[in-house]
Amino acid sequence: MLRGDRRYGERGLKTGATAGLSENKWERPVKKIFEIPMYPYARSTDQDASPRARHPVVIIGAGPVGLAAAIDLAQQDVPVLVLDDNDRVSTGSRAICFSKRCLEIADRLGAAKPMVDKGVLWNKGKVFFGDREVYDFNLLPEEGHKMPAFINLQQYYFEEYMVDRVKALQAEGKEIEIRGKNKVAAIGTHDTHVTLEIDTPEGSYNLDADWLIACDGAGSPTRRMLGKDFVGRVFEDNFLIADVVMEADFPTERWFWFDPPFNKGQSALLHKQPDGVWRIDLQLGWDIDKEKEMKPENIIPRLKAMLGDDVAFELEWVSIYTFQCRRMEDFRHGRVLFAGDSAHQVSPFGARGANSGLQDTDNLCWKLKLVIDGKADESLLDTYSVERVYGADENILNSSRSTDFITPKSTVSKLLRDAVLDLSEENRFARPLVNSGRLSVPCVYDGSSLNGPDEGQLPECSRVGSVLKDAPFEDGFLLEKIGGKFQILAINCAIQPVTTNGVTAEVVQISTPDEAMISVRYLGKAKTAVYLIRPDQVIAARWLTADSETLTTALKQAMGG
Amino acid sequence: MADLITTPNIPNADDFYAELLAAHDGLEDAASNALNARLLLTLSNHIGDRKILSEALEVARAAG
Repeated sequence: MLRGDRRYGERGLKTGATAGLSENKWERPVKKIFEIPMYPYARSTDQDASPRARHPVVIIGAGPVGLAAAIDLAQQDVPVLVLDDNDRVSTGSRAICFSKRCLEIADRLGAAKPMVDKGVLWNKGKVFFGDREVYDFNLLPEEGHKMPAFINLQQYYFEEYMVDRVKALQAEGKEIEIRGKNKVAAIGTHDTHVTLEIDTPEGSYNLDADWLIACDGAGSPTRRMLGKDFVGRVFEDNFLIADVVMEADFPTERWFWFDPPFNKGQSALLHKQPDGVWRIDLQLGWDIDKEKEMKPENIIPRLKAMLGDDVAFELEWVSIYTFQCRRMEDFRHGRVLFAGDSAHQVSPFGARGANSGLQDTDNLCWKLKLVIDGKADESLLDTYSVERVYGADENILNSSRSTDFITPKSTVSKLLRDAVLDLSEENRFARPLVNSGRLSVPCVYDGSSLNGPDEGQLPECSRVGSVLKDAPFEDGFLLEKIGGKFQILAINCAIQPVTTNGVTAEVVQISTPDEAMISVRYLGKAKTAVYLIRPDQVIAARWLTADSETLTTALKQAMGG
Repeated sequence: MADLITTPNIPNADDFYAELLAAHDGLEDAASNALNARLLLTLSNHIGDRKILSEALEVARAAG
């Protein structure tokens, strides 16, 4: 193995760039998954079609968010075409921390198992301030969930497993296709469709799409082409992120440094990934010379100071990541829908990027399906924007608070931050104030126009607008039985399915004497309960009991009225 | 819920004030400021009541 800075002497640096990310890559003798074309360019009959082909849904971007949207729609029998300017999965680890909600969505999409099998589970962490450890913690996971609270997994594996799922769906005969090296060069918007001009290695072609979902990342060309670029800027910072292969025996913990000696005045994060790859994030500040910071003679001493002189390591991937906290005003523009980083950006603290992107598509796809089938009015798609803007604002609020703590903006905010950290060493009370990122949990769509009646006697954690909390059920888990369609949970009571506008909400009958955790999470002190659940596993309405008329009214409302 | 106490509430107020000053003995300004910040956080945690803390912030802001 090549070690430390020797690696630089023997191998040249290759520089590449992707949207919002500049990166250097080191050649390796063994190919990593991200070096292999997963969906190589192949000529499509669309390129010779006259008149031009028309697709119900086109998705731009085959990242985690675009792939999730494609799989979700294909599972609902909506033909879907994904266009990507590249032909392979993400280079480098990038998004590494995937939350429970994200994994639950991936599970509904049939892709979570390999992720959880491969991913690193962790609960423990350490917090350092200056040159000393101030405390350690153990985030004891809540019991009774199929999915762990979070896993660490390189983004390229996450994408690989999603691409595998796409291929499995293709094998089942679903109309789902990824076209590599198909770069959208121009977009024409119309009331009834969009027209795309697409560049390929064999020249350009045009096609029409009834609906376009832009999952083309932070630097979204779609957003720019539509003239809908972000306004305002809340925060800006740069991070050097490195994937390091180490022979060291660090524990499987999240280590976070405030103002460490090896990165004065900034922060640092060390986290374990699968395959003995460690992820290191070094904050650089906003006013930096990126070219200079990317130079090996600047990176290696920093890493050596952090890891210790005697630790042998090899760099797999290094990048400088720039982020901003901001969002589009509206995630829907006629026939174009924005999801993931193209719609909103947050700081990396709290793992709210890819995780919130999957929550976007989770929210969007069932609504789009109903609109395509003529079972709901187009205005249902406006609720996608309203609900996910609400989610984005919560993520921006949380990550802005983390950045305020990590990078104090004034003398007094630094004074208070340092006071919290100094106290935290000996005083447990100060530890909840330490903010190195609040890990992503799904927002509750309080006040959404799709929400029906709530019942205050039932537990607060399952109020209307919440994602259904998982619980052991029969021989598996509740969330395995729910999702992808409207459903009614009938707990200790008999309910008949209801139908409106051609949509039926089927009934899942639960008897709580056998299901203790469901009783705690869905009944509380009540004897019976009825929950109406949306296809994205969000609670649309709940009652102690409900008749058909009540349920039908709520179902109609959850479909946009 | 209780309101912020705005009437005299510390027994032997002069003793307390002397103790407060003594805690800062020999400290440079930066260290004194840091001590005040730690004290503020410690007392805030003891109070805990978000309403009272908000009222106290109001009082402190208004008096300056």
